[in-house]
Amino acid sequence: MDISLSNVEYRYQAGTPFERLAIQDVTIDIPSGTYLALIGHTGSGKSTVLQHLNALLQPTLGSVKIGDREVKANEKNKNLRAIRQRVGIVFQFPEHQLFEETVEKDIIFGPMNFGVSENAAKERARVALKQVGLGEEILEKSPFDLSGGQMRRIAIAGVLAMNPDVIVLDEPTAGLDPRGRKEIMDMFYNLHKERNLSTILVTHSMEDAARYADQIVIMQQGRVAKRGTPEEIFSAPEDLVQMGLDVPEVVRFQLKLEEKTGLNLGKIYLSIDELTAAVTKRLGGGVRT
Amino acid sequence: MKKSVVSLKDVSFQYDSEEQYALKSVTFDVYEGEWLAIVGHNGSGKSTTAKLLNGLQFPSEGEISVCGLQLNEETVWDVRKRLGMVFQNPDNQFVGTTVQDDVAFGLENMGIPREEMVERVQDALKKVKMDQFLYQEPHHLSGGQKQRVAIAGVLALRPSIIILDEATSMLDPRGREEVLETVRTLKNEKSLTVISITHDLDEAAKADRIIVMNRGEVYREGTPEEIFSMDEELVKLGLDIPFSVKMSKAFRQQGFQLSKHFLTEEELVTELWTSHSRM
Amino acid sequence: MMEKMIFGRYVPAESVMHRMDPRAKLIIIFLFVCIIFLANNWFTYALIGIYTFIMLGMSRVPFKFLFGGLKPILWLVLFTFLLQLFFTKEGALVWSWGPVKIYEEGIRMGLFISLRFFFLILMTSLLTLTTTPIEITDGLETLLNPLKKVKFPVHEMALMMSISLRFIPTLMQETDKIMKAQIARGVEFASGPVKERIKAVIPLLIPLFVSSFKRAEELAVAMEARGYRGGEGRTKYRQLSWRMVDTLQLVALALLTVLLILLRA
Repeated sequence: MDISLSNVEYRYQAGTPFERLAIQDVTIDIPSGTYLALIGHTGSGKSTVLQHLNALLQPTLGSVKIGDREVKANEKNKNLRAIRQRVGIVFQFPEHQLFEETVEKDIIFGPMNFGVSENAAKERARVALKQVGLGEEILEKSPFDLSGGQMRRIAIAGVLAMNPDVIVLDEPTAGLDPRGRKEIMDMFYNLHKERNLSTILVTHSMEDAARYADQIVIMQQGRVAKRGTPEEIFSAPEDLVQMGLDVPEVVRFQLKLEEKTGLNLGKIYLSIDELTAAVTKRLGGGVRT
Repeated sequence: MKKSVVSLKDVSFQYDSEEQYALKSVTFDVYEGEWLAIVGHNGSGKSTTAKLLNGLQFPSEGEISVCGLQLNEETVWDVRKRLGMVFQNPDNQFVGTTVQDDVAFGLENMGIPREEMVERVQDALKKVKMDQFLYQEPHHLSGGQKQRVAIAGVLALRPSIIILDEATSMLDPRGREEVLETVRTLKNEKSLTVISITHDLDEAAKADRIIVMNRGEVYREGTPEEIFSMDEELVKLGLDIPFSVKMSKAFRQQGFQLSKHFLTEEELVTELWTSHSRM
Repeated sequence: MMEKMIFGRYVPAESVMHRMDPRAKLIIIFLFVCIIFLANNWFTYALIGIYTFIMLGMSRVPFKFLFGGLKPILWLVLFTFLLQLFFTKEGALVWSWGPVKIYEEGIRMGLFISLRFFFLILMTSLLTLTTTPIEITDGLETLLNPLKKVKFPVHEMALMMSISLRFIPTLMQETDKIMKAQIARGVEFASGPVKERIKAVIPLLIPLFVSSFKRAEELAVAMEARGYRGGEGRTKYRQLSWRMVDTLQLVALALLTVLLILLRA
């Protein structure tokens, strides 16, 4: 399912003395099957953009097209549920949304709200649980007796069980340890590959953006500052630095190396293996013993 | 001779509700003026260790002493004056309604006279560069700013040891850098001892010493270089390897003969450069 | 609607009222609530009215803003007036239409009671408009201090109040966040039959409770780690300062009381 934002503006508490402009003139196309990373500082407007992706917010100017539906400014929109079923959002610290007595009930909550029968929802819960790497023995437990990492996975399973066409991830690995982080990110990447699931990742991590995304959008002060493939974005690292953003470690290393040695590798490498291979080729490494 | 300011001897701990020990005969020392990183995956016992050091829990077996004081229910309040703690969630440790009130909270508890409090609050906030925000309310501050206020709250009590209990894990990269930079400066300025409980390996790489915890036990103890030469073993423990070590490894696999695993990118670049130019 | 409501809200400004000691303001409001019952004729009500408006003027809170914000409550005042108007059956009959009869005394009582109500609302909102909640807490804590002798937990109460105030914005943000997460999971908070709507609140309330308990627990640990062990031996950072203007205000109120006693019927 394609999503596109055109000239979206959003003001919080519009028409009151507390009015605050959050984003303006935001135009982003997300064709079906894209893995898009949305990057920016806290306060750059990326979470506001995120909430437009399934009509949690209605733009104060411009419009958002989600599949065949269009949400426009100043228009009453009915039955937004249909949109929300197709675009699942995993919010930051999603374990905070758990509330049911058992893990199973919590996972089927979403699907059942969207009219899936109980049996079908339970079946989906089993599938989703497997996807997030947990066993079925957990289904009857209370989500509140689980570890933080397990709760996070349950909450994610609750969104996956809605069988969305698009999944939006807001810092899904915040607070996890390195192993948990890698497992979760790899899981979403596999889902994206296997099901051709459109994925939108809101993140601070340039590493994740470089590793997983095929499109990157950089937000700054409520506007889209840059957009392109990871190669394009990271080929101009000075722009990122100017915006106060990090560059991926590999890129940073390559820049340091090039500066120190006067070597010019000709292009930006985004993985350690590619970079070392390129450097080796140039320096004729491996011959020195 | 290094002076030990904190020492744990055969410390074990078990939570009431659980069968397994959260800590099993843990023994280590923390030396004056060092930055000690305690790393381990979630549930490895590293946070329990922090709670025990501050007397928020008492060990089931073994002994802990802080600055020469045997830690028990009588000495716990004195220990807390010497050892300040910054917790993980920036919101859930902000007690005051404004920045200055929050910093003053610990001082009020100690019964410090008001004139002295005013001075200490100002002084502490200046050290964390938050002195422009005296009257600010917490919900108008970023996570990194709140953590800096928490650090000021600790500093105002003039402790000799500061414990960061995953204090940066909920922050964005900018906030994380702000907080670490602040602590680093403080440590250098006034021989503060820092115990940082973390799973950020890049942060740990900059520590003086690292303790790796696993399943409630001290798994390994050593300098960052020693610890990161464990390599795949760390990954098996649910941890990661710092970027520069990964890079060193990759170059070795390409056939470069490097003298060691490098902990900073600069060192690695220099080594590559010199080996290249010597060819 | 709620955004314009100003009852119980603080409006920052530079004014005599804002700078006054919260203790003085609390005492004045308390006494005002008592002496307003002294008024029982046009003279005395006029006096109270003048006093109230002088106080309002000194607060520098724009009148337009004030009355705009009090609108919902003004309806209540009007309702009180009508109640008195129709149900007081004393004095000369002024007007009648079928069973509806309006007496002279009804008009008088209606006006007096609704005016009293109106002035009370103005004066109490004046307190909250010009005093931050934390100042009110500090003021109450000092004023109630003598109650410690009878084992009333004054310090604990004040601490509880200030911590609640501190966490209100945090909880609002949290509520908003959880609400959005549940809407994304198909909950509809704002539509459907009442029964459905009540059911929809559960997925919001339970996570809020859980997170509040967790916050409370972590906060308690953090407070303990920072050496908190009850009010005993604690000093205070926030300081109240009683100044000339506070004394003058009390004197003014005393004068008003004397005048009221002299002029009442």
